[in-house]
Amino acid sequence: MTHEESRSLLDAYFDGELDLVRSLDVERHVAECSTCTAILRNRQALRNALKAESLYFAAPSGLKMRLRSSLPSGAITSTPALSPRRFPLQWSILAAALLIFVLGAALFARSQSLPSAQTQLSGDVLASHLRSLMANHLADVVSTDQHTVKPWFDGKLDFSPPVVDLASDGFPLIGGRLDYLDNRAVAALVYQRNKHVINVFVWPSQSGESGASTRLEQQGYTLLSWSEAGMNFWAVSDVSSADLSQFVQLLQAAIPSLTATPEPTR
Amino acid sequence: MLGQDKRSYFEQLMLPHLDAAYNLARWLTGNAQDAEDMVQEAYLRAFKSFGTFHGNGINDSRAWLLTIVRNTCYTWLHRNQPENLAASFDEELYTVADEAENSETLLSLEADLDMLRQAVGELPLELREAIILRELEGLSYKEMAQMARVPLGTIMSRLARARRRLQQSLEKRLIGE
Repeated sequence: MTHEESRSLLDAYFDGELDLVRSLDVERHVAECSTCTAILRNRQALRNALKAESLYFAAPSGLKMRLRSSLPSGAITSTPALSPRRFPLQWSILAAALLIFVLGAALFARSQSLPSAQTQLSGDVLASHLRSLMANHLADVVSTDQHTVKPWFDGKLDFSPPVVDLASDGFPLIGGRLDYLDNRAVAALVYQRNKHVINVFVWPSQSGESGASTRLEQQGYTLLSWSEAGMNFWAVSDVSSADLSQFVQLLQAAIPSLTATPEPTR
Repeated sequence: MLGQDKRSYFEQLMLPHLDAAYNLARWLTGNAQDAEDMVQEAYLRAFKSFGTFHGNGINDSRAWLLTIVRNTCYTWLHRNQPENLAASFDEELYTVADEAENSETLLSLEADLDMLRQAVGELPLELREAIILRELEGLSYKEMAQMARVPLGTIMSRLARARRRLQQSLEKRLIGE
């Protein structure tokens, strides 16, 4: 493991959020790197300081009573009398309007200052892939059965991702999980190629058009993205570029047959 | 569920998290009165949407409640301290590796409570939130990522930045004494 890799995973290592293999990789690097050793010691010194003094603000003694009396008591509830001084209805409406405006302005300002949405997205995709390799984060539903993985997403997403198993072609499906990309919840499907992990991120595309695929190479990882059947796809892995291309071709070939009868969006 | 049953089930599940809720609100709003209002508002919202508690991906009731507290506070901050949020957006443009780290070793930080409170209080909102949820509440990266609806990697880099800043600001304060 290089210093940069170890450095970027150091806080996750310190927090016990890495899987065993990576944890050992970082440990090996730290043993021979004085910079990483010093950073870890500083993390521990800081944690000790935070623990030594109680930064915790306990709730005031009367708050529990006030809370209980402010909760609606029956099934058919009237409007509760909760701090009318601070939360009259018109303020809430104004706050909501203001929130939308501020968020919109902030997002606009942000979009202006970034090199491009695509660059930002590919960085996020790669970060999600790397983080998925941490302990217990690879899959929320572990199954090689597409008929188990696909229904798992029901009720967790506002769309139904296409799930296919490519085990017969050497890319077994090993599970799925929820992730967040492009400011929305997306489906992450996890495949395996020998010992390597391939993450496929899927979410509905805004245009609904099918687009040509793009290929990116970043930090030794290959990222392929394309749009198809009304969905955006990003595949990312450290398998060889040729393997990932083959995988994507197999996936693209399998998907039209699945979406021949589109499911109603919920 | 009938009203009284729902209510007692809600109280049984959610009232034990009152200190956690208040602590988070206190750190996000920066004062006691607003924190108390946030907690009341959040509990009321939680009660109203209690039906969605199961099967929404966050199984732990504390993480579920803290998500509502957090959202309530952010809504309030947008209205009352928008400058607080603006500063946080810029933070996202930096990554862990971009910043140099002080590689001298400190064996201990002999900081007192006031000093620590000030240092944590001066962190940008999202970094402060990361420190509170991780170091005080012990939430996992995954719970924190779901709460803020950001990738896990963002949580990790926020924690790295927060810790580095805290360390630097405490060192400055200790030397300045």
